[in-house]
Amino acid sequence: MSAKLTNAQIAWRAAQDLPDGAYVNLGIGFPEMIAKFKPEGREVTYHTENGILDFGEAPPAGSEDWDLINAGKKAVTLNPGASFFHHADSFAMVRGGHLDVAVLGAYEIAENGDLANWSTGPGSVPAVGGAMDLVHGAKQVWVVTDHVTKKGQPKLVERCSLPLTGVGCVTRIYTSLAVIDVVDKHFVLRDKLPGMSLEELQAVTGAKLHIDGDIADLNVPEV
Amino acid sequence: MNKICPSLEEAVAGISDGMSVMIGGFGGAGAPIELIHALVDRYKKTGSPANITVINNNAGNGAVGIAAMIYAGMVAKMVCSFPRSSDPKAFTDRYLAGEIGLELVPQGTLAERIRAGGAGIPAFYTPSSYGTDVADGKPVEEFDGKHYVRERWLKADVAILKAETADSKGNLTYRKAARNFSPLMAMAATTTIVQASRIVEPGQIDPEQVITPGIFVNQIVEVPNPAQEEALLREETK
Repeated sequence: MSAKLTNAQIAWRAAQDLPDGAYVNLGIGFPEMIAKFKPEGREVTYHTENGILDFGEAPPAGSEDWDLINAGKKAVTLNPGASFFHHADSFAMVRGGHLDVAVLGAYEIAENGDLANWSTGPGSVPAVGGAMDLVHGAKQVWVVTDHVTKKGQPKLVERCSLPLTGVGCVTRIYTSLAVIDVVDKHFVLRDKLPGMSLEELQAVTGAKLHIDGDIADLNVPEV
Repeated sequence: MNKICPSLEEAVAGISDGMSVMIGGFGGAGAPIELIHALVDRYKKTGSPANITVINNNAGNGAVGIAAMIYAGMVAKMVCSFPRSSDPKAFTDRYLAGEIGLELVPQGTLAERIRAGGAGIPAFYTPSSYGTDVADGKPVEEFDGKHYVRERWLKADVAILKAETADSKGNLTYRKAARNFSPLMAMAATTTIVQASRIVEPGQIDPEQVITPGIFVNQIVEVPNPAQEEALLREETK
């Protein structure tokens, strides 16, 4: 297989699509990296489940305030115009359709938009957090992920085999190889790495990639 | 009306075996460490209160707070959304050994169930968890072409919470993102016990700034300079 994007590069690519003026929730871990690559001049307001709108970057080490954290329990700062609210209001923002974009990680995404990202099955301690709420209500639900598992198996599949987080909820997927929309229960290819043929990409994708119009080159700078 | 309680010991004296206890906080922010440890100390001395059901977003971290309750052996069951943390050993070991129960609730559903409990709404429909294992056995209904899962309210015998400022009538303000679940839990418990960094006279909190009105609060105890769970954990692991 040809080269693939790093997680930082996937985050950079997703950040280019953040709409100006959007209210956005970035899932804990990998999706949080997107905030670093927000294009200049675009205003984006970040929401965190534990009750902050418009938080900013992490404070310098040693000056953390542990009552000022994000959902990943990392210390954050406040931007001018930030607000606090309790958890029921926070999830009213989520389920009530007030967020423009929610970005999550994934174990598997099915061509019908089903997402599995919370449980690898029996034998572990299950933990769901806010993911099952976030996949409902945001106008767009994006996933950032490696295109395949560590063992090389496709993460984009016809049907998820792992426990679902939500049914038919994903709208767009940014992977290490491509950008793919979910349209009418199909994967529609938007961008792919220029060095990779459609056949090569299809071979590592577990469901059919549909073509609808031009496929853009997935050109991402070193970040 | 004076809801001030003179000591932590007296504040938690009414919590008895088998009760359900909502505990404020999201991770370390808002965790009422002194009230929790007053409860742990009582259990260690007297064996009571045992078989507690704890309702919190998480299931403890390290060996303080809820993790200390679990290590002490006084928790029968956790109701939470995310029983993982940087050091979840207290819960994980007992859970995998079958020694502690778990009701896993999506975070927004947990918040809304508690809000509903406090607001007199016995059930509601949410899109969250539809089509997932978490919705197994729950009634589903279609509204305007979309599926929703019916969830029940969640109440508790007791809530123990941390506030920044309280007045003697029980009006509360919180500090930054330490608010999280506490205003909801204050409504949903039969008895709401609050530790506040300072207690002031009625009128000294601007009514415009009150986050939890005193009607939801039964007892307050002053704990100046309270411990912060995350800061404690970082001290421990240094």
